[in-house]
Amino acid sequence: MPDFDAVPIAVAMSGGVDSSTVAALLAREGRGVVGLTMQLWNQRRLPELAVEGATGRCCSLDDVYDARRVAEQIGIPYYVVNFERQFEEQVVKPFVSEYLAGRTPIPCTLCNNYIKFDRFLEMADAVGAREIATGHYARVSYDKAAGRYQLRRGVDESKDQTYFLFGLTQAQLARTLFPLGAMTKPEVRELARSLGLSVAAKSDSQEICFVPNGDYAAFLSAYLKETGVPLERTRGEIVTAAGRRVGEHAGVHHFTVGQRRGLGIAAAEPLYVIATDPVAQRVVVGGNGDLLRRRLSAREVNWISIDPPRTPVRAAVKIRNKHAGAAATLVAESADRVTVEFDEPQRAVTPGQAAVFYDGDLALGGGWIE
Amino acid sequence: MQHVYLDHNATTPLAPEVLETMAACLGQVYGNASSIHRFGQDAKQRLEAARRQVAALIHGQPAEIVFTGGGTEADNLAVLGVVRAANRPSHVVTTAIEHPAVLAACAQLEREGVAVTRLAVGASGVVNPDEVRRALRPETVLVSVMHANNELGTVQPIAEIARIAHSAGVLLHVDGVQALGKIPVDVEALGADLYSMSAHKLYAPKGVGALYVRRGTKVAPLVWGGHQERERRPGTENVPGIAAFGKAAEIAGANLAADAARLGELRDRLEAAAMERISGVSVNGSRWNRTPNTSNLCFEGIDGEALVIALDLRGFAVSTGAACSSGAVAPSHVLTAIGLPPDRARASMRFSLGRDNTAAQVDGFIEALAGSVAHLRRISVHA
Repeated sequence: MPDFDAVPIAVAMSGGVDSSTVAALLAREGRGVVGLTMQLWNQRRLPELAVEGATGRCCSLDDVYDARRVAEQIGIPYYVVNFERQFEEQVVKPFVSEYLAGRTPIPCTLCNNYIKFDRFLEMADAVGAREIATGHYARVSYDKAAGRYQLRRGVDESKDQTYFLFGLTQAQLARTLFPLGAMTKPEVRELARSLGLSVAAKSDSQEICFVPNGDYAAFLSAYLKETGVPLERTRGEIVTAAGRRVGEHAGVHHFTVGQRRGLGIAAAEPLYVIATDPVAQRVVVGGNGDLLRRRLSAREVNWISIDPPRTPVRAAVKIRNKHAGAAATLVAESADRVTVEFDEPQRAVTPGQAAVFYDGDLALGGGWIE
Repeated sequence: MQHVYLDHNATTPLAPEVLETMAACLGQVYGNASSIHRFGQDAKQRLEAARRQVAALIHGQPAEIVFTGGGTEADNLAVLGVVRAANRPSHVVTTAIEHPAVLAACAQLEREGVAVTRLAVGASGVVNPDEVRRALRPETVLVSVMHANNELGTVQPIAEIARIAHSAGVLLHVDGVQALGKIPVDVEALGADLYSMSAHKLYAPKGVGALYVRRGTKVAPLVWGGHQERERRPGTENVPGIAAFGKAAEIAGANLAADAARLGELRDRLEAAAMERISGVSVNGSRWNRTPNTSNLCFEGIDGEALVIALDLRGFAVSTGAACSSGAVAPSHVLTAIGLPPDRARASMRFSLGRDNTAAQVDGFIEALAGSVAHLRRISVHA
């Protein structure tokens, strides 16, 4: 049996190559490590969504098998912990209600805020671990002068996950290790291979973990049916900004700002969703130019790496994970509200997504787009 | 680090004599018990000796013992076998605190068109026989009630339930997996028509069990093949495993009273110390009429899953709820059925003692338990 005595670090192990490499690295350094896999969602719960032979989705038995196998290989204690209840309350339900409210939510950020860096930290405490480590591509540094932990982009630009981590608090950052932040994905794979990890060649997970094939509309329908919430009166009109009726739709939750496909309207120029109105059950469409916005408001803003600024701040602002970031001026309206004024108008500013502010590789903070 | 095992209701270690019996069989007795030659006869003799040993432990006849691949299979054979043999529109009465081996078999019967009544059980964790009487219907063919509950240890009023079932002409199946070796079992006195057993809860190996089937009781087989076990359980017999089960039954019978007295004292020592050292501790289910080795305690405001992991890291193996397929902890259907609110069910732990546990281990455990509970309450990991 492995030595269960000293476990100062709890590693969140998903069964993927990233977190497996983190566990192996820390174990190799001789630091006491306990591996924990969070069971977040029962993939068999909504059988109509079951995908034959689907693997690599979160909490699948295959992933738990892989994580357990890695823990065995590197000789660390390992447990699966059941966070299904908290995940449903704090991630799935808000995800569903955001969609029904006509916004496009990011469940990964909620999961980070309330599960991975909150509930998981509690569990780490419970088993006596002071620190936690995850496979996120991000870095934490400490600004001695300001007495503040700072969040920085991962060295691998294409893998950087700080966009999803903007909600982290000082207390969370103080106890978190991101050992992969200084590495590129190919380096991580090479390291996993050299460490002989069974998951070295495993493919990356892509989509929202609890939504099979990225079909969130099907997930919403199945979940609401199971929980007994009727999707009543979801049908509505598709209109132009001027209010002209141009078609019908099956529910605003099928649409997101900037979407072009699935409108079912023949038009001379391409039509895009420019807004959704869940109260009137209307989807508003327009041309590409109608998607451009120069300004946005962010709520529930969390300042990570700096104190809430009293004067306007220049920053690069990302409004989607794959957005390159655009130059803007931030004006803090209050401690947790910011107005973002872009230098150039931005396409498809989508309510429910996050706006994350950067100064170079430093993640200053972020909030939810209204 | 010393590792102390306090989860004997999940499974038990092999008794040394059982290991010896099994090893001797594995090494030397390789004949097929159905073969005519002396190799086969040798195996057959071991098989029948084990049948006598198991029958003796429950005061049944050897011809009434059907060896199976474990307790789950025994439960399935009883529940599915009786109903399918009845071959008419049927109704089954069981309880909400049965093992999944019975509950899932009943769910399968429902899919096949059979009506099933699951009796509610109060906070005591003991079935009220009057509820059984009220649930009976003209088409009822089987009542299935466990002898002792796996999580609470509560012993059910089987003899009374048997009288009720029999007076209505209904068969009684008893899942005896958690009672065997812990309390006296006499299938005649109990009035059980079918009685399920598992070897690995009795210091014998996994993968072996038995179903007592009272002479004259019709049971349809689950699998089809040869004539073994009176055509109720086809397949070449697992002679080493069955011989080990027989040896374990013999040892259990010889030590039953002494083991029960010693384990009862240890369990009471554990409970008394837990309640003295830790605040907000209560016993789940009736404290009386329990299997002597089992204690199920609720630690107010604690997350049981965190406590199990913390204790394991300190070298003590205990359990909470039931494991789901990933190995994570799932809410206990037993604690929910006896009316515990979800937070109290999550704050509950099962301790099940066994033959090798000592007073010193229990005392060491209490230290670790008190320390872990205090730590969890300090950092307030809530259930």
